[in-house]
Amino acid sequence: MSKYKMHILVCGGTGCHASASNLLLENLKEQVAENELSGEVQVISTGCFGFCEKGPIVKVIPDNTFYTEVKPDDAADIVSEHAIKGRQVKRLLYKDPVKKEVVSDSKHMGFYKKQLRIALRNCGFINPENIDEYIAADGYAALGMVLTEMTPESATKEMIDSGLRGRGGGGFPTGVKWDIARKVKSDQKYVVCNADEGDPGAFMDRSILEGDPHSVIEAMAINGYCIGADKGLVYIRAEYPLAIDRLKIALNQARDYGLLGEDILGTGFSFDIEIRYGAGAFVCGEETALIHSMEGERGEPTFKPPFPAQSGYLGKPTNVNNVESFANVPVIYTKGAKWFASIGTEKSKGTKVFALAGKINNVGLIEVPMGTTLREVIFEIGGGIKDGKKFKAVQTGGPSGGCLTEKHLDTPIDFDNLIASGSMMGSGGMIVMDEDDCMVSVARFYLDFTVEESCGKCTPCRVGNKRLYELLDTISKGKGTHEDIDKLRNLSDVIKDTSLCGLGQTSPNPVLSTMDNFWDEYLAHVDDHRCPAGQCKELIHYEVVEENCVGCTACARNCPVNCISGERKEVHFIDQSLCIKCGACFEKCKFNAISVS
Amino acid sequence: MNKVKSLADLKKMKDQLKSNISLREKSENPEGIVQVKVAMATCGIASGAKDVMDFMVTNLEKRNIDAIVTQTGCMGYCYAEPTIEVTLPGQDPVVYGFVDLKKADEIIEKYIKQGELVDGIIPVNYETIDKK
Repeated sequence: MSKYKMHILVCGGTGCHASASNLLLENLKEQVAENELSGEVQVISTGCFGFCEKGPIVKVIPDNTFYTEVKPDDAADIVSEHAIKGRQVKRLLYKDPVKKEVVSDSKHMGFYKKQLRIALRNCGFINPENIDEYIAADGYAALGMVLTEMTPESATKEMIDSGLRGRGGGGFPTGVKWDIARKVKSDQKYVVCNADEGDPGAFMDRSILEGDPHSVIEAMAINGYCIGADKGLVYIRAEYPLAIDRLKIALNQARDYGLLGEDILGTGFSFDIEIRYGAGAFVCGEETALIHSMEGERGEPTFKPPFPAQSGYLGKPTNVNNVESFANVPVIYTKGAKWFASIGTEKSKGTKVFALAGKINNVGLIEVPMGTTLREVIFEIGGGIKDGKKFKAVQTGGPSGGCLTEKHLDTPIDFDNLIASGSMMGSGGMIVMDEDDCMVSVARFYLDFTVEESCGKCTPCRVGNKRLYELLDTISKGKGTHEDIDKLRNLSDVIKDTSLCGLGQTSPNPVLSTMDNFWDEYLAHVDDHRCPAGQCKELIHYEVVEENCVGCTACARNCPVNCISGERKEVHFIDQSLCIKCGACFEKCKFNAISVS
Repeated sequence: MNKVKSLADLKKMKDQLKSNISLREKSENPEGIVQVKVAMATCGIASGAKDVMDFMVTNLEKRNIDAIVTQTGCMGYCYAEPTIEVTLPGQDPVVYGFVDLKKADEIIEKYIKQGELVDGIIPVNYETIDKK
């Protein structure tokens, strides 16, 4: 049906575009036309290949040849050699940096092995509203296997052997958690799925529930069999309407098929799942607060022990796992614990899903084996920093985590390495920042969030975080002193040591990690009353650069408070007493005639 | 709907259903059915994936093209939503990003009808567990 014998794909992503891929595209089209191949060879521009480091990228189909660092002048060679004579242009092929071998086929390139989808295996592959597709993709096979071939004890052991650690952020070994709940004797036990995803910028759990709800249901049933529970509860925030809808559809389909309910697969095992809605309080992601919220009490944490495995929902033994942890479970049984344990690093097995956000080209959902470096995630999979700006920091772990910098880029990502670097894995939000982001403001943003979300039960968190916020606010206004910086550190340490739950114990992390890594920036705010990134409104002002101003009036027309005056074709003037520092004039000026200082 | 009564039942069902998916995996269906998957997670819907889905369903029918349009979850290319994956019979799936109605029309007319690739392909950049 296709009249074309060959397609030449040229990357049109931001990175490759900056290295003249558009010119290359034109040249290729020209060459194809000159050689009268227009009817046979099609030249086309694509989205980002994600391999921006070696751009511009050209891929030739059908033979999957992958050319890297192609210059506009190489167009003639590609057409005359590859398209006409069918020979690959050897000098443009990708060389494996480790083995020093030439790799011609993109499928054999290490780069494409950087992402491996285990938890996301069915997201974007099956229709989440159709149980038949899930079953066809090996769904419920793990449940069938566990129920018929394994005892609760051996099934739990498989989980321990896999080395899976809790993906909600804590990193506690999942199998060990199951084993504790299994060993407690009780007439009633519960399985709870924590879908109260609350970190700013994180959407891994939502995407899994929207794209593959059955994998979570199947895993919860397996968990129920292992610990001896016949009832499961999914605690999900009400702000996730689509995820809730799909989960409800999936639950009904599973019940219709008899994969939930009484006597599943004729084995005598019964299990069913209910949905409970959360009102979106961040603290309810903490397991004891989550359980209290489900009981109808205030969403406040309580002291551990007793752990939920001993006394949880309604005082009964309860196992709580996160959505992503559950999504890994069925594959661990179908492929085996050994297979799973072969992926990742020594102490962190498997993969981790990250929600890439912030100043990065390929915002999206990625899944990489543990041990991948931040550099690979940000610059290769993420396609680098937006608008060619300079990388400054990456925030992991949300309000409980910290900022990692240039010097951490080559650290392999796993639970222990991230903690050693002063941040944490968290649930998987990854916010990338560039040179325009002020780290004092970033710390203030997270503290603002924590102050809002603190449940107020314990004093260090309720009062301490508020004071931290005020200190940061003072510093960002240029009114801070060295004494304030000392107070910040001391107070942070006290809050970490004395708070009741994980929220308070980790909330000073954004402050401490920015102070450790960007001490200069704090000093600039305090000593010089200056914001190096030009973000803190109280410390900057906009001025007209007289020699550049042509009097186009663009700034004056766009100023929301009309504080810019000047006639057409004459130099304009900003009234500093009225200026609200919104930056509209700076963005609109095409002549670099507005400066920030 | 029939209940799945035993593990044997489940296995039988899987084998029957597998053919639906393998058609999606390998697309060696002699009848030549085109498969279109629209990424309908929150990110996609917010960028207009619902309109694209409606457009594909109505227009493929109107233009007499034998195709199956299904929804699916997030493919991970949130920066390029709405994204759709088109699998022509016997060929590897191709993912298109930034699909608005105009682009959807172009994809039907050029790619689905004539097999010409259209600008805006998003290269797949991950491995699935089957390959591992």
